[in-house]
Amino acid sequence: MSDFNGNFWHLFVAGVTLVGIIACLILLWFSGKAKAMTANDNTTGHVWDGDLREMNNPLPRWWVGLFIITIVFALVYLFMYPGAGTNAGKFGWTSAGQYTAEVDKANAEVAPLYAKFASMSVEDVSKDAQAMAIGDRLFMNNCAQCHGSDARGSKGFPNLTDADWLHGGSPEKIKETLTQGRIGQMPPMAAAVGSPEDVRNVAHYVLSLSGSPHDSLRASLGKSKFGACAACHGMDGKGNPALGAPNLTDDIWLHGWGETAIVNMITNGKTNQMPAQASKLTEGQIHVLSAYVWGLSNNKSAAK
Amino acid sequence: MVTEDKSPRKIVPIVPVTEGAKEGDDVQMVSLYAATQKIYPRSVQGIFAKWRWVLVVLTQLVFYGLPWLEWGQRQAVLFDLGARRFYIFGIVLYPQDFIYLTAILVISAFSLFLFTAIAGRLWCGYACPQTVYSEIFLWVERKIEGDRTARMKLDAADMSLEKLVKKWYKHIVWIGISIWTGFTFVGYFSPIRDLGMEFFLGNMGSWEIFWVFFYAFATYGNAGFMREQVCKYMCPYARFQSAMFDKDTLIVTYDAARGEPRGARSKKADPAALGLGSCVDCSLCVQVCPTGIDIRKGLQYECIGCGACADVCDTVMDKVGYARGLVKYSTENAMANGWSKEQTWRHVFRPRVLLYLAILGVVVVALLGSLALRKPFKVDVVRDRASLARIVSGGKIENVYRIQIMNAAEKALNFKISAQGLPGLVVAADEDVRVEATQSRWVSIRLQIPYDSASAGSHPIHFQIKSYEEGAKVVDEIEEKSVFLVPR
Repeated sequence: MSDFNGNFWHLFVAGVTLVGIIACLILLWFSGKAKAMTANDNTTGHVWDGDLREMNNPLPRWWVGLFIITIVFALVYLFMYPGAGTNAGKFGWTSAGQYTAEVDKANAEVAPLYAKFASMSVEDVSKDAQAMAIGDRLFMNNCAQCHGSDARGSKGFPNLTDADWLHGGSPEKIKETLTQGRIGQMPPMAAAVGSPEDVRNVAHYVLSLSGSPHDSLRASLGKSKFGACAACHGMDGKGNPALGAPNLTDDIWLHGWGETAIVNMITNGKTNQMPAQASKLTEGQIHVLSAYVWGLSNNKSAAK
Repeated sequence: MVTEDKSPRKIVPIVPVTEGAKEGDDVQMVSLYAATQKIYPRSVQGIFAKWRWVLVVLTQLVFYGLPWLEWGQRQAVLFDLGARRFYIFGIVLYPQDFIYLTAILVISAFSLFLFTAIAGRLWCGYACPQTVYSEIFLWVERKIEGDRTARMKLDAADMSLEKLVKKWYKHIVWIGISIWTGFTFVGYFSPIRDLGMEFFLGNMGSWEIFWVFFYAFATYGNAGFMREQVCKYMCPYARFQSAMFDKDTLIVTYDAARGEPRGARSKKADPAALGLGSCVDCSLCVQVCPTGIDIRKGLQYECIGCGACADVCDTVMDKVGYARGLVKYSTENAMANGWSKEQTWRHVFRPRVLLYLAILGVVVVALLGSLALRKPFKVDVVRDRASLARIVSGGKIENVYRIQIMNAAEKALNFKISAQGLPGLVVAADEDVRVEATQSRWVSIRLQIPYDSASAGSHPIHFQIKSYEEGAKVVDEIEEKSVFLVPR
């Protein structure tokens, strides 16, 4: 790249461009005349294949005029727009400038729309068809990559259409999650729980909380060791949205179902992250998106 | 330079000017850029002129009239570029139906081949917009300024009030026709009744204004000023049609054997006694020619095959009492062998023409057939971009698909989506999808199979989408392929 930062190439390109344009003009001038036998048979005197003779068949002058117009256009263009080396052009046009102008224009166009939504509650916005159409597009562009285009998530990425919320499902909490992001942290707890056998027992106890298939003997043994988990998940295992600790009693398994998955979780822990959107999206967009996400589980008709 | 005989390629020497031709006095330097000579075509009556006017009227009735037709609640022919819907009477086309445009282009191309093989530049002479609008503009010119001689006299005369009035009058009529043409053209893309209202209220959109006036300007310039220049210097079709001629193609031909030697003569004189042919050298064939050529010099690239010279020559032949057809549609072979009309026509329907006809027939039938069998909706299945597969409660493996349903009917349709291809494959939450008339909609569809019912990997499946109207039985069905992924 450094080769192109010096002045030489700018001057070279500008020079080639200008010389090329001038050369076209000179070519047009010098190729305008030819020898022909106009008095005789109006041929140029060139003969091919013994008897093929080239007629003098002049170009109409208006066509030459078109050539001159393109040359004048090229010169005016080079003066008005960046083209000749580092010359920025009279209009000061840049592709970045055009982009910014278009984005600003689009934002100005939708501003009243977002202003209208901002004055409405999240619940009301979630019932507005136009807002939901916008929300759908925002979701597809910004959220669907992890949560899936049907918002049902996958392993490690929460399902947004059920009533289960790690950090609370009120409109305010959803907006907070979107704006600031969330970090869900499950520390490695094996040492606190005890031996690997104890860990397995706790896993079966956890399975029993939601009535999932489990070994009831192990579950009863594990119950006593569950105290290590209760600090976050609560004694009843119903979790704590303030800490982002999942409810273990519902049959929803974000990080995998079954003994192996739970043992892994207890042994290794896991940090899961919802990235903050404040820097990517405007406040108005987050408001509409919050309504969209809230509506997924609260407005049955909006859920897909 | 003398070529060597051993050379594998034949090298053709370019003979310099001084060789062969007479030297010196007639070789001159000339400008290769020539000022345009204005052509004043004389008006002409006859069978070919009549045909041309029939085609002018027909094509323009279609062009100016079509956008005003209504079909139900909408314009019958409307190309809505913004919404990407193309309405042609009862048909609603999506951009995905582009193949039909291809078929129309293939039909156009083979029609051009066919007509050109039969009778040369029929398109140029009778149906091309350039010819049609030039004809209309010439008609206006003739009505206001008079015929050839009057126009030439008017142009040569000094500026006078009469000249000024006539010229202004002509240009105002031309501009009026041009703007109407531009307006009609835009009316194919923007509903013409609203556009008409906007036009008179002066609140058309900026692009509508641009295209109305751009197309008007092109009409005014091409039909009023450029005329034969377009055919001679700009049009590629004019040139490549020449390559489709052969010795059995009907072209406007001067019967030189009968006509020469040409010369003026008294009506009572016997041409044979004077040693003259049938051509009375009245030069009317040159005067009526819209491209300003002399057909008696033989086939020339400027000839658009309009037959004006044939028409006018026939009237002259009638006047002097000779047989018609000194200038006529004939083929090179017919002229060389002296064939009769029937013999000529028999040779026109040669294998090449029959082949073009057959191909044309096949494409037309294919187009009509596929339009008739066209389903009123389209479906696009896309696997979800985000999740490959997931395990959901109930011990099931779930894949997510995004399905775009494009309703090409002008009524709302409901769609029932099912999937086949794996044991136990079901659509979760099988609510039917409703898509409004001519709208398209993306829906997320979840497919589930019981855990462990299929091996890990990718399995081909297919979706079956059935459309039905409210309360009616199944109308149509489309199958789309996709895959179902089972994680390891």
